[in-house]
Amino acid sequence: MRMRDRRFWVKMGLLAATLVVVYLCSFVIGSVDASVSLVVDVLLSRLTGIEPYWSAVTDQIMLGVRFPQITLSVLIGGALAVSGASYQTVFKNPMVSSDILGVSAGAGFGAALAMLNGCTWWQIQLAAFVGGSVAVLLAYVIGAVLGRQNLTVLVLAGVVTSSFFQALISIVKTVADTDSVLPSITFWLMGSLNKGDNADLVLMLPAVVLSLALLFAFRNKIDVLAAGEDEARSMGVNVNVVKGVVIVASTLMTACAVSVAGIIGWIGMVVPHIARTITGASFSKLLGSSFLAGGIFLLLIDDIVRSSFSDLPLGVLTALIGTPMFVFLLIRTRKEWV
Amino acid sequence: MLDVSNLRFSYRRGREVLKGVSFSIDRGEILCLLGSNGTGKTTLLRCLLGFEKPDGGRILVDGEDVTRMRLERRARYLAYVPQSTSIAFPYTAREVVLMGRVAHLATGASHTARDMQVVDEAMERLQIAHLAECRYQEMSGGERQMVLVARALAQDARLLVMDEPTANLDYHNQVKILTALKYLAGQGLGILMTSHYPDHAFLACTKAALMKGGALVDVGPPDDIVTSESLTNLYDTPVHVGGTFVGGLVVKTCIPLLDETVYARVQADAEGSQELDASFERA
Repeated sequence: MRMRDRRFWVKMGLLAATLVVVYLCSFVIGSVDASVSLVVDVLLSRLTGIEPYWSAVTDQIMLGVRFPQITLSVLIGGALAVSGASYQTVFKNPMVSSDILGVSAGAGFGAALAMLNGCTWWQIQLAAFVGGSVAVLLAYVIGAVLGRQNLTVLVLAGVVTSSFFQALISIVKTVADTDSVLPSITFWLMGSLNKGDNADLVLMLPAVVLSLALLFAFRNKIDVLAAGEDEARSMGVNVNVVKGVVIVASTLMTACAVSVAGIIGWIGMVVPHIARTITGASFSKLLGSSFLAGGIFLLLIDDIVRSSFSDLPLGVLTALIGTPMFVFLLIRTRKEWV
Repeated sequence: MLDVSNLRFSYRRGREVLKGVSFSIDRGEILCLLGSNGTGKTTLLRCLLGFEKPDGGRILVDGEDVTRMRLERRARYLAYVPQSTSIAFPYTAREVVLMGRVAHLATGASHTARDMQVVDEAMERLQIAHLAECRYQEMSGGERQMVLVARALAQDARLLVMDEPTANLDYHNQVKILTALKYLAGQGLGILMTSHYPDHAFLACTKAALMKGGALVDVGPPDDIVTSESLTNLYDTPVHVGGTFVGGLVVKTCIPLLDETVYARVQADAEGSQELDASFERA
């Protein structure tokens, strides 16, 4: 194996180990005390058949509440980071992500509309996917009409699309029942994992796995688009197919994330840049590293929320931490971006 | 090798940008496409590379019509070297060159040891192996251009299509690029380049093509067709082509003249010197 391949796998190993440690430690946080060894025993009890030396309540809290919530935060953090990384690479633009392009707002609108009509979970997810796809296509078309090669135009188009769907969300809110539906829509839109349960996990996992598999299959072609569309074409890549794959896969992941946990911003924007400083820009490497880094990032944020015993929405905290990080990245790399 | 015949193209109906362009390039030949801005040079390249679909005419490479090929197959015949573009992310030079292998890769497949070997060889041939792990973003214009040439080489195509390879480069890097092109042509590649420096046609090219108003005015060896008259006509600007003895060789250079009267005087001098030559011979 070549030297630089080995270095990549060492870094991935370290990231994965960090994720596992943070993941296990996350179970300790909460109103019921538990040690890490207890956590490991509870988690493995269904596989190894250890005789439970803990109470049924502990079992329920660990496996019924904390397990889905913590696992979902890994999945959602990873999914948002990967969709941000793939949008950035394929649009050749370091300043976009699902939330900037309006995907999150579009998915939020779709989901809110479905919630208003009392739809079932998978209908909400479908509505979120449709809303997200419409939003990203709208942003892309507006950006393409205004100016193909300009980085800021696409960002601007995303901001416009995002505002448009935020307005639609507001309409849904004013129509919603103020006692039952409105509070849940409002709170959920700001980003929360409180309602995440094992059923969500079962629905989200296959969608994320499928999207990651699609992106993995097209990893080398996605890379080529970072050089520009014409150059990609001259190297034999069908640009529209690759863009379509990225839009479907990233929007599917974002829509799942939004329908489970509401709008959690800034992860898709900031985490890919952190991942690039670790494993480099090549998408085949970025795919893994940004997933792991995104998982760690959202786990830590969720831990902060839970250990402060507050109901602070996740989206608020990711924005509070994400925005200064973005400014820092912007200062460090401004020469290359502008 | 490359055989373009009667190529026609228009962006809008009734306004033809390419009005029946025909030329050919053989293995080992470098053709320099000269012409003023907006005359259709870039459009011609775009048609060759499949970015635009021509309205008529044929583009054959080794007897095969590339306009009917899928992009993936076409990429094995024609490789494109753009002007040194920026890439927004911190790719290393090796990763950029590796992009050129994508046409040889099935969807989902990983790069093989053979791909890596081709990439290393391409960089070695252009003497940029030492830059392999450097970030493309942080390179100078000349280094970037060499990396893009290496990427085109890694693509393993038969013909390189280069859009102003020497634009924005200093003398040192211009010479480096032109030397690399001569070397690659010597190894059997065909090269088509556009340029705003007619000097480069003399320095490195085996053929020149003069393009004006969407048609080729003349195609042939630079010494024969790149003259004061043809360039003055091509650019609608007085240009003087002169020769200098360097190391026993005549190196031709082109000098644009700012003043019409100077041009007239130069022309008169040229005629005068011919008369002088004639009178010497008589004597």
